[in-house]
Amino acid sequence: MLNLLSAALLIAAVFAAPLPSNAAEETPPLPRQEWSFFGIFGTYDRASAQRGFQVYKEVCSACHPVKHLFSRDLAELGYSEDEVKAIAASYQVTDGPNDQGEMYQRPGRPSDPIPGPFPNDQAARVANNGALPPDLSMIAKARDGGPDFVFGLLTGYKDPPPGFKLLTGMSYNEYFPGQQIAMPPPLSDGAVTFADGTPATVPQMAHDVVTFLTWAAEPNLEPRHRTGFKVMLFLVIAAGIFYAAKRKIWSTAH
Amino acid sequence: MADIHPAGTGSRIIRWIDYRLPFVGMLQHELYEYPTPRNLSYWWNFGSLAGIMLVVLIVTGIVLAMQYTPHADYAFDSVERIMRDVNFGWMLRYAHMNGASMFFAIVYIHLFRGLYYGSYKQPRELLWILGVVILVLMIATAFMGYVLPWGQMSYWAATVITNLFSAIPWVGQSIVTLLWGGFTVGNPTLNRFYALHYLLPFVIVAVVLLHLIALHRFGSNNPLGIDVKGPQDSLPFHPYFTIKDLFGLSVFLLIYAFFVFYAPNFLGSSDNYIPANPMQTPNHIVPEWYLLPYYAILRSVPNKLLGVIMAFGSIFLLFIVPWLDTSPVRSARFRPIYKWVFWLLVIDVIALGWVGANPPEGLVVTVGQIATFYYFVHFLILFPVIGKVEQPRPLPVSIGTAVLRHSEGAQLGTAGAPMVKP
Repeated sequence: MLNLLSAALLIAAVFAAPLPSNAAEETPPLPRQEWSFFGIFGTYDRASAQRGFQVYKEVCSACHPVKHLFSRDLAELGYSEDEVKAIAASYQVTDGPNDQGEMYQRPGRPSDPIPGPFPNDQAARVANNGALPPDLSMIAKARDGGPDFVFGLLTGYKDPPPGFKLLTGMSYNEYFPGQQIAMPPPLSDGAVTFADGTPATVPQMAHDVVTFLTWAAEPNLEPRHRTGFKVMLFLVIAAGIFYAAKRKIWSTAH
Repeated sequence: MADIHPAGTGSRIIRWIDYRLPFVGMLQHELYEYPTPRNLSYWWNFGSLAGIMLVVLIVTGIVLAMQYTPHADYAFDSVERIMRDVNFGWMLRYAHMNGASMFFAIVYIHLFRGLYYGSYKQPRELLWILGVVILVLMIATAFMGYVLPWGQMSYWAATVITNLFSAIPWVGQSIVTLLWGGFTVGNPTLNRFYALHYLLPFVIVAVVLLHLIALHRFGSNNPLGIDVKGPQDSLPFHPYFTIKDLFGLSVFLLIYAFFVFYAPNFLGSSDNYIPANPMQTPNHIVPEWYLLPYYAILRSVPNKLLGVIMAFGSIFLLFIVPWLDTSPVRSARFRPIYKWVFWLLVIDVIALGWVGANPPEGLVVTVGQIATFYYFVHFLILFPVIGKVEQPRPLPVSIGTAVLRHSEGAQLGTAGAPMVKP
């Protein structure tokens, strides 16, 4: 069994270490962050995730939708029922058709998806110099490096090195493949004012919004970790019992 | 399953039924009394583990199918809906997704165990061939299953793999159109892949049953590779091997659960969380880890048709392994040369996996070509030649004398002797 495990680990190690590609997309190693949701008992830091939602709502949502999130989901971040209703009502959603056969606008309800900034992808492109701002509801697991990548991207804006040809309307970002990104630096110190008095520095906002986006991508991480621990504990005990029974049964067979 | 005995024991009702429908008797014979070589190591656990994983995949798959929408416009969102809003949907999907990886890991270990201990040799050739049929069906099923979430990697893997068939002269393009149900990968492709992904696992179940019938005809091979000669060489399946399998199962489930609960996306590609976009090709199109060696062989051959032939050939070679290996001795324990060459093949396949995972540049290309070449040399040249030139070590007279503690010094027979009977 040990042989097997070490073989499996060896194979995993081999596959987990892909060669860096020598194309133009070479990026420095991502800055590793301490995340509350890492590890076997990892949970989402609610205060950070709520601040992150504020950053998303006041900054990111100008261009990026979170298609897979509903207002009701926000209750998981620790918002009360009334707060969730208030957040939902702050959005105008299109409903209908009504009895007259017409579509109409109404304030959102918790059961509504959080509406995006643009009616369709074409409208999004026109407003963004031809680039399509990606949906953020799964961004934290749709990129290699996950949360560390998103954090790196949000804090990785720099002046281009001398001789680097930056296309018009593009920005230099050391963690973006190819280093040319259509998104201008989204965060600047003091871009939002946190109600809890946390200073709104760029790394702080990036950290908070990544916590929020990781929750958005993996809302069931906490039940997963909790269930996983119980399952593993059960299996360890089961393995112990089966091993003892196996020794007992086989004791007369040798 | 040589003879079917009606159950001699049990209640009157059981006996009444069994006299007319000898099912309980068959179970009793095949799962209870079934004589099993007493010296099986833990490497023999992987057969039952594979069977259990097949059941886990079918059960989780059927429940997932109740929530999934097989339409190009809705598939991606319906999978996300399962992950977020279906009760325990995340667990079902992660168990299914990682279950496929576990199934392949188990089957590959099972296969290499067969190669090491010569489990494909006379009289178990058909047992082995049925196993390879299962592997081929698994690859097809896993590939089509990977397409269903309709993410970027789903879409582009489907495009790349189905395009391989266009290399076939004359009819290639027509076959590709037939697979696609159109002139590009699209909704009809997704629909037929879904139908087949639901069908093929049940075909696998049928072949597994044949595999079991063939297995129970002569019983398991064993680490010594010699035949069971009498009752002293074997133990009844229950309780000796049921408990051993249960212990192995609980250890395996620990590894499986670790992936499902703590690293559910470790074995997958992050690109598959981006919805399929026919207008944008991902930087590196990489299949799931269990298909990387074939992918490496495919890419290592400069000619497309030849690459396709060799990638498929690498699997189909397994069908003729019983006739490529000319050694009369089954177990590598008694084969001083093959014992080492076997590990070279393991390293070779891992190297191919590494090649498949990386962009084909520089060192990767060279390693890929050498490893591909060696893979075919191993089966087509080393297998037949080693069997001829190798001097096998003497085989024990019987399993009982070799493994029973109280036996005084194992008696040894002549080299290769127990295998010479027809």
